[in-house]
Amino acid sequence: MTRQDAGPRTGPGPALTRPPAGQAKRKSAYPYALYLPAAVVYLVIFLVPTVMAFYFALTRWTLFDSTFVGLDNFRDFLSEQNLRIGFTNTLFYAVVTSGLKVVLGLLLGVLLTSKLRLRGFLRSVVFFPVLVSTVAVGITFSALLRPDTGLVNKALAVVGIDGPDWLGDAGTALLSVALVDVWKGVGIATVIYIAGILSIPRDYYQAVAVDGGGAWHRFRHVTLPLSWPATYSVIILSFIGGLRSFDLIWTMTRGGPGFTSDTIASIIYKQYQAGFFGLSTAGNVLLFVVVTAIVVPLNYFLGKRQVAA
Amino acid sequence: MKTSHRTLATAAAVLALAALTSCGSGSEPAADGTVTLSFMTGSDQSTVDTSKALADAFMQANPKIKIKIENQPGGSEGDNIVKTRLSTGEMTDVFWYNSGSLLQALNPAQSLVDLTGDPVVANVQPDYLRVVTQKDRVYGVPATAASGGGILYNRKVYDKLGLKVPTTWAEFMANNDRIKAAGITPVISTFKDTWTSQLFVLADFYNVQAAVPAFAQDYTVNKAKFATTPAALASFQHLAEVHAKGYLNKGFGSATLDQGLKMLAEGEGAHYPMLTAILPPVLATSPRAATDIGFFGIPGTDAAKNGATVWEPPAIYIPKSTKNLEAAKKFAAFVASPAAAEAISKVVQPTGPYRVKGAKLPDDAIQVAKDVQAYIDKGATSPALEFLSPVKGPSLEQITVAVGSGLTPAAEGAAQYDKDVEKQAKQLGLAGW
Repeated sequence: MTRQDAGPRTGPGPALTRPPAGQAKRKSAYPYALYLPAAVVYLVIFLVPTVMAFYFALTRWTLFDSTFVGLDNFRDFLSEQNLRIGFTNTLFYAVVTSGLKVVLGLLLGVLLTSKLRLRGFLRSVVFFPVLVSTVAVGITFSALLRPDTGLVNKALAVVGIDGPDWLGDAGTALLSVALVDVWKGVGIATVIYIAGILSIPRDYYQAVAVDGGGAWHRFRHVTLPLSWPATYSVIILSFIGGLRSFDLIWTMTRGGPGFTSDTIASIIYKQYQAGFFGLSTAGNVLLFVVVTAIVVPLNYFLGKRQVAA
Repeated sequence: MKTSHRTLATAAAVLALAALTSCGSGSEPAADGTVTLSFMTGSDQSTVDTSKALADAFMQANPKIKIKIENQPGGSEGDNIVKTRLSTGEMTDVFWYNSGSLLQALNPAQSLVDLTGDPVVANVQPDYLRVVTQKDRVYGVPATAASGGGILYNRKVYDKLGLKVPTTWAEFMANNDRIKAAGITPVISTFKDTWTSQLFVLADFYNVQAAVPAFAQDYTVNKAKFATTPAALASFQHLAEVHAKGYLNKGFGSATLDQGLKMLAEGEGAHYPMLTAILPPVLATSPRAATDIGFFGIPGTDAAKNGATVWEPPAIYIPKSTKNLEAAKKFAAFVASPAAAEAISKVVQPTGPYRVKGAKLPDDAIQVAKDVQAYIDKGATSPALEFLSPVKGPSLEQITVAVGSGLTPAAEGAAQYDKDVEKQAKQLGLAGW
C-alpha cells in the first residue's frame, strides 16, 4: 500500500477524496484584501521575530547593541557544562510522560467508553486538570510534595512509609515532575482515545461476539489496533510537549537541585535570565532543530504504521 | 565591530512593552510650576517601603515636585524590564537599580546621566562611589543602607549553650557540633530559593581577599581562578563540609527562605548563612528577632584576620531620557543626604551602615546592624566580589546547591563555576577572555 496524505487521520473509513481537478481551480472563497489583516498579524508577530531570532542567534546581544560573533554562541551553547544532563533529562522526560500518557490514556479511554453509571462525571474529572493553569498545578504540587508538611508524605506516613523529599532530592525530582505532568496531561490523551474508540464501527465488536471472544479479545484484537490513529496523535502531541517541557519544571524545581532536573528549555531560560540574549536565542534555534530532527522521522515512521493498520 | 541596533531592539520591544510604555516617562511642568517625577522601584516589601519613605520626605521638603512611584518585579525579570525600557528611551525620570557588577549591563555611558563631580554626589562616601562608577564616571547615589553578608545566628541558642561567636572556621564547626548535640539544627539551608545557597561562597570573599589581596583584579582579567586559588576554593569546601557533617535541616532541598528565617527566629536552627538585608520583613511577625538575631562574618583560617563581607546598597540613577533633569537631580541629592537616611530609618530598620556622610544608625538599631557596624568600625570589611568585579557567573546558585547537597564535590563545583564565569565574561565582551 502506498503512503497517502501526511497528517493524522482520526478514524478508519474511506480516505477523503480529492475534489475533481476542474473544481480545484474555482475562485478563492474571499477576495485577497480580506486576507491582508491576518497576513499582517502573521508577518509582524510570527515571521519577523523568527527571522530576527535566526539573526540574533549569531550575535552577542545586550538589548542595547549587538555584535556579530558568527557561530560562537552555538559553540558556547553546545559546550554548556550541563547540556548533557539537560539533553538526557529532556529525552527521559519526553519518553516517560508520553509513554504513561499513552498507557493511562488508553486504559481510561476504554473505561470511560464502557457502560458506567457515572461515565459523564468521571470524564469531566479526568479532563479537569487539563483546564487548570500549569503554574497553579506546579505550585499546588510543590506544597503537596513537601517533605514534612506535604499531604503526600503525611498519607504515606499513615501506612508506615517514610516518604522522600520528592522535589529536593536529586534522585526523585525529575520523576516527580514527570508524574505531575502525566496527571495534568492525561485528560487530553483520554479524550483523544475516547474519540478514537467511539469511531470504531460496532460491527467489529459484534464479529468478536459471534466468534465467542471475551473482553480481552475485544480489547486486544479490535480496540487496540483500531485506535492506532489516536495513539499516533497522543504520542506525537505529548512527545513534542515533553521535549519542550518547561513551565512545570520551572515552577516545581527550577531545574534543581543543582542541575539534576534541568531540561534544554530550562537551560535556555537561565541564559535568558542571565541577560545572554544572543546565547539563549542560539539555544532556542538548536532546540527547534532538535525537536524537528526527532519529531519529523517519528511522524513519518508512525504515519507509515498507521496506513498499514 | 559594534553596531547599534536600537531600531531592531525597539521593534522587538515595542510589542512586549505595549502595556508598560503607556505609563512611560516625561511629563511636562504644569501651569502652576509643579513637576511630576516618575520613579521606578522594586516590588519587595523593604524596597517599596524605603522608596515611599524617600518620596514622601522629599515631597514634604519640595512641595513643587510630585513623585509617582512605579513598581517592577524583582530578580532577572526586573533587570530585563529595566534594560528594555532604557534601550527604548521609555525609562522613568529616576529609577532604583543594583550597584556593582549588574550596573555594567545597563550600558551607563549611553543610557545614564553622568553625575561625576556633581554636587549631587558630594555627600556620598568615596567607598560607595566605586560601585556606581564605570570607566571613571559616577552614575548613582546610594538608595538605602549597606548590609552584611555572613552568618545570621540565634543569640538565645548561643546563650543557652554557652557558645562564643567563632573567629575561625574550626571554632565554627565546633559550635555546630555542640548545637547538634543539643538537638538543634546547626546550619539552616533553603535550597528551594536557590540564591540563598550562595552565601557560604559569596560572603567568604573577605577571607579570600585577606589571603590574596589582588584576587578581584586578577579574577576580572582571567588571571585567577576559584579552583586554583586555595583560599577561594575553601569557600566551596566549607559548603560541602557542612553538608557532609550532617549539620543541615531536614528537607533542606525544598525549604524556602521564609521557612529558613522562621526556623532561625524561633530557635529551631542556630546559624543561617544570609544577608542582613533580608531581616526587616521578619520583624513584623517576630519582633524579638530585632534583639535575638545577631550577625558574624564567615570565619576564616586566622582569628587575627577575622572580618566580614559587606553588600553595598542599590542605587538611584537618572536615565538620559528624562525630561525633568533638574527635578531628578534634586531628588538624587536628597537621597544622598542624612535627612533621607533619617526618613528611611523611621520606616525600615537599617541592617547596616548608611553610605552618606553624616548619616548615622538610629539609637534603637537592630542587633545585626550593630554587629555589621562593629566590623566597619574595626576596619575589617571588604565589599563582596560582585562590587569589585563585573564578572559573576549566572549559574553559581545551581552549583552551590549541588555542592551544598553533596551532589558535586567541592573542587568540581569550583571548576564548574570558573567555566560559568568564562561564559559570562565572553558574553560581556571583557578583555582578556
